[in-house]
Amino acid sequence: MSVGSSNKAATAVHGSSRSAYRLPTLSSEANKNVLSLLRLIIIFLIAGAAISSRLFAVVRHESIIHEFDPWFNFRATKVLTTDGFYRFWNWFDATAWYPLGRAAGGTAYPGLMVTSGAIYNLFHSLNIPVDIRNICVLLAPAFSGLTAWATYMFTAAMKDDAAGLLAAAFIGIAPGYISRSVAGSYDNEAIAIFLLMMTFYLWIKALKDGSALWGVATALFYFYMVAAWGGYVFITNMIPLHVLVLLLMGRFSSRLYVSYSSFYALGTLASMQVPFVGFQPVRTSEHMAALGVFGLLQLVAFVDLVRSHVPGKQFRLLLVGFVIVVATLAFGALVALTYAGYVAPWTGRFYSLWDTAYAKKHIPIIASVSEHQPPAWPAFFFDLEMLIFLFPVGVFLLFKELRDEHVFVIIYAVMASYFAGVMVRLMLTLTPVVCVSAAIAMSTLLQTYLDPKEPTPLDAATEPDSDSNDEPVAKATRSAKKAVATAAASVSAAVEGSDVDASRPASPQFGASSYVSSKFGVFGLDSRFFVTIYSLLLLLVFVLHCTFVTSTAYSSPSVVLASRNADGSQHIIDDFREAYYWLRQNTPSDAKVMSWWDYGYQISGMADRPTLVDNNTWNNTHIATVGKAMCSPEEKSYPILQKHDVDYVLIIFGGLLGFSGDDINKYLWMIRIAQGVWPDEVREADFFTPQGQYKIDDGATKTMRESLMYKMSYYRFNDLFGGRPGMDRVRQSPGPTKSPELDYLDEAFTSENWIVRIYQVKKPDALGRDLPSAKGFDAGKRRKRAFALPASASASAGTEQKTRRKNK
Amino acid sequence: MPPKSSKSGATQASSRPRPSGAAASSSSTSSPLSTLYNSYVDNTPKRLKLIDAFLVFLMLSGVIQFAYCALITNFPFNSFIAGFASTVGQFVLAASLRIQANPENGTTFPKVTPERAFGDFLFGSVVLHFFVFNFLG
Repeated sequence: MSVGSSNKAATAVHGSSRSAYRLPTLSSEANKNVLSLLRLIIIFLIAGAAISSRLFAVVRHESIIHEFDPWFNFRATKVLTTDGFYRFWNWFDATAWYPLGRAAGGTAYPGLMVTSGAIYNLFHSLNIPVDIRNICVLLAPAFSGLTAWATYMFTAAMKDDAAGLLAAAFIGIAPGYISRSVAGSYDNEAIAIFLLMMTFYLWIKALKDGSALWGVATALFYFYMVAAWGGYVFITNMIPLHVLVLLLMGRFSSRLYVSYSSFYALGTLASMQVPFVGFQPVRTSEHMAALGVFGLLQLVAFVDLVRSHVPGKQFRLLLVGFVIVVATLAFGALVALTYAGYVAPWTGRFYSLWDTAYAKKHIPIIASVSEHQPPAWPAFFFDLEMLIFLFPVGVFLLFKELRDEHVFVIIYAVMASYFAGVMVRLMLTLTPVVCVSAAIAMSTLLQTYLDPKEPTPLDAATEPDSDSNDEPVAKATRSAKKAVATAAASVSAAVEGSDVDASRPASPQFGASSYVSSKFGVFGLDSRFFVTIYSLLLLLVFVLHCTFVTSTAYSSPSVVLASRNADGSQHIIDDFREAYYWLRQNTPSDAKVMSWWDYGYQISGMADRPTLVDNNTWNNTHIATVGKAMCSPEEKSYPILQKHDVDYVLIIFGGLLGFSGDDINKYLWMIRIAQGVWPDEVREADFFTPQGQYKIDDGATKTMRESLMYKMSYYRFNDLFGGRPGMDRVRQSPGPTKSPELDYLDEAFTSENWIVRIYQVKKPDALGRDLPSAKGFDAGKRRKRAFALPASASASAGTEQKTRRKNK
Repeated sequence: MPPKSSKSGATQASSRPRPSGAAASSSSTSSPLSTLYNSYVDNTPKRLKLIDAFLVFLMLSGVIQFAYCALITNFPFNSFIAGFASTVGQFVLAASLRIQANPENGTTFPKVTPERAFGDFLFGSVVLHFFVFNFLG
């Protein structure tokens, strides 16, 4: 099935053109109008489907921000809308990373906040007073509609409108994209995928037309993308890679020069305007590919033009050699600069994409995020259903035609597949190209089988000389066609498959316009009917699957936990907000809260209290400090807490309810991160039993039993079980027989289901004693007193226990 | 070589700003160089020569800025980047204009007339200089 055979088939024009069924005849004008009307309606319906399928969480629960990161975006957006743009730009967040603070305006991608701020101002100028929270919650669904439109434009540039509409429908509901853009998920990816597709579409358009205007438009959308998401590096490397591959394929043209040069020159300067990016585009390795290709393109453009009119083969060879030498020299210079330190090497986050074991070995904080693990096969089927097996077919079809823009999709497909295979999170960048490619495959299939054009039957005379160079294909074609023609009623799916394959080379151009009868094609109505129905069934199942997955897997706000009672009614567990609001209402507004970094954004967003560490993990040592405080014995962690002015310590404990994402399960990462900074003081092996088990019952090691996190988690745990060892429902193991005692902390608050526990750090003793002896003294003294001093509930409980023991 | 010269005119243009490359690779073959020069002078329209002069000026400006940065100081680095990027960007946009406006390239650019190319150039330059001024600091 080579291009040669397809050309032969296409050029073999037969006189009579037959058709399987008759199409309604319209004038070309009416045809055009009907088509554009249909297109408009379909696009609007797709946008509607994309938006409404993302509203499960809002309809079921309420309109709130879901995960951890969006809480920072939401808080920043509130700063933008209440204090104005300039205050936001220079916003120094003194409540985050408590002793250090964070220059938030310069360390965040401002695109998302500015977008919702602009929408907010637009609505308010129209006297539609919408709360900023609702705009933030519904921003992602709104932009998913725009993504569908951008994907339509992109795919239409690859093939035609039909494929574009299919691609738009696919990406509108594909779970791989919905997972990051449900209502309430106010994250950078919400607008980034739209910007990604828009930038790619404009790039393809610039390349096709060779227009500097579209190149500049690409640069502007690239600028918006840089302002919105750290994944802009993907674009920065995809487009140069495309250009490089085109150069290597010998497809250099002036259009390539115009589009890429105008894009790079403006896009790079524009991207440097974002404070968080700064001088990275000229200083780091991630951006050097773009610069190198820019230089190479100038060189090639120059030499190509000189070569075209200079006589003498020797001289031309000399020019080619000149390009190679200069390119090699430039590459060597880049390597030298990198080694000398003028150009920063790859950052750990990007480097771990190439060396997949790097993060686990050297940077535990990258490896500790669950999104940074490689996915299993079922994840691809779960997120993309049938698209995943149409995806390679579409890439293959693009290979057969291989226009300049098709090269782009092929490279995109290869790169994104690799990255998605390395990291679950990058499934998001894979989804668009899967939708595009699958839509091309599906629309080719449908067009082949809906095309009313009938092939002219082969007669014996033309058969032998038809395609002598590729025998098997021709044979397969013939056999398949005979099967269809003679026994059309008993066509099996397998025959259909072979028929599809066989007819492919015959018809590179489909559609009613090319009424050129050929030897290849589909006979009869029944086979068309069969395949069409089958494809429509596949599409229908796809819709059902997407809705099911979206509804069950991706539409749960992590702030509230929903469970089902025995009678099927819903039971909401709202411990997080209960605890955060307790903090908000019952503590002084400058009380510092220490928790593991996962909850930093939520605490500052919902409890509105200063935190020590948060999800922006920019200072690894600070996080390790918190980890060390959590995994040290009380007397060692108390000085750490005091030095950092910690007033409250917040932990998540799921042992009572079976909430598996609690701090005991994350504990090993805290230990590892702390061990990375203080290898002498914290050792991971100390937390395992000699048999290498991670135990929490009485078999736990001494280090484990004495560590602060363990004590805080199981403090008073046995009281719930009448003094007997409690059952930890996450670890599926009994807890300690004797509840741990806390000398330096007081229990301040424990939520209804014990998920969030908050401890208050005691003040140093007024008489200068250490806290355990002061506590013992208090307990002893109180026993002698006739009346007890008023004390907090937890303190008195502890006192009573002590008292009882002393009485024995 | 009159039949080829039309293309060579375009070639010449972008060869002008990079004389060092041509000189380095063809020190021994001086006759092709003189052919190049002669056909450029003879066959290039006046407008394109004007653009070429602009390109040469931009290149000189960029070289001077870079030399200043390399030899003396790169202290306000953003100012250097802004100034240098403005020359590079303007050079690239002008070179694009020259390629698009060249009547010989009409077949390569079916959708871009010379007037449209000039409009593109203006738009691109305005956007470029907006960013340059924003970045000068």
